[in-house]
Amino acid sequence: MHRFANPTAFMRIANAIFPWAAGLATVLFVIGLPVALVTSPPDYQQGDSVRLFYVHVPSAWISMLVYGSLALSSAAFLIWRHPMASVSARAIAPVGAIFTALALVTGALWGRPMWGAYWVWDARLTSELLLLFIYLGYIAIADAFEDPERGDKAAAVLGVVGSVNLPIIHFSVEWWNTLHQPSIIKMDGFTVDGSILLPLFLMLGAFTCYAVAIWILRLRSELLAVKLRNARMSEVNLASAAAE
Amino acid sequence: MDSLTTFFEMGGYAAFVWSGYGLTAVAMIGLLVGSLRTLRAREKEFAAVRRNRPTGDAQ
Repeated sequence: MHRFANPTAFMRIANAIFPWAAGLATVLFVIGLPVALVTSPPDYQQGDSVRLFYVHVPSAWISMLVYGSLALSSAAFLIWRHPMASVSARAIAPVGAIFTALALVTGALWGRPMWGAYWVWDARLTSELLLLFIYLGYIAIADAFEDPERGDKAAAVLGVVGSVNLPIIHFSVEWWNTLHQPSIIKMDGFTVDGSILLPLFLMLGAFTCYAVAIWILRLRSELLAVKLRNARMSEVNLASAAAE
Repeated sequence: MDSLTTFFEMGGYAAFVWSGYGLTAVAMIGLLVGSLRTLRAREKEFAAVRRNRPTGDAQ
């Protein structure tokens, strides 16, 4: 694991994964969107509104997957001071925030026709909203200090503490009486029909590959930002050395 | 033509389904374009810093 703390080794692997993630995301969207929107049957109760499921569940999945990686990066940063850990967390945080917002919005658009309300203060919805605030807090704190390393440290603490919300989101539908439906994927199989699983898994795959590809693009940006900062600092040092 | 109309009507849920897919598409394309733009801008900036480096050192 410590091998990946070296930016060069880390980016060699990331850059090798990038074309596969981008290519696979494209292929899965090209197949998945027509299946989700056209060929999969409407639900016997929910009609065509069930198609929102195929963007809602992947968005919610990415919102939690990204938070998991953000929390692990934050922990690695606090424990080992790995420079790549904070770069990775900074690169992925906005991606998580956007998918959390999408999960909430697509859920609201599905809830209006099915529950009769865009929003209810249900445990699942409320804990997902809290996740959005944690992401926004993370982004704000990371950039709140003049010294970016202090920002990294403060944000990493929030990243680790915020991870208590992940099991709350996951188990909210079991711990409390929620309007939100329980998980359809159980340890011993699925609770829904196969016709729903195909578009769901295609879109889950597409969203995941997309998120990985975006993360790698943003990693490159974040690393360049660090290099630019270092270059400017050495210029300032050179200038002050020349002045003496 | 008829089947196309049926498709866009989404069994009466058109407003919800299409705005959900539309917003998702806008967000995902926007994130991709934004990430690419930032990357290109920083690559340019970094290339410029590298070019200026030799003269900066000589002064």
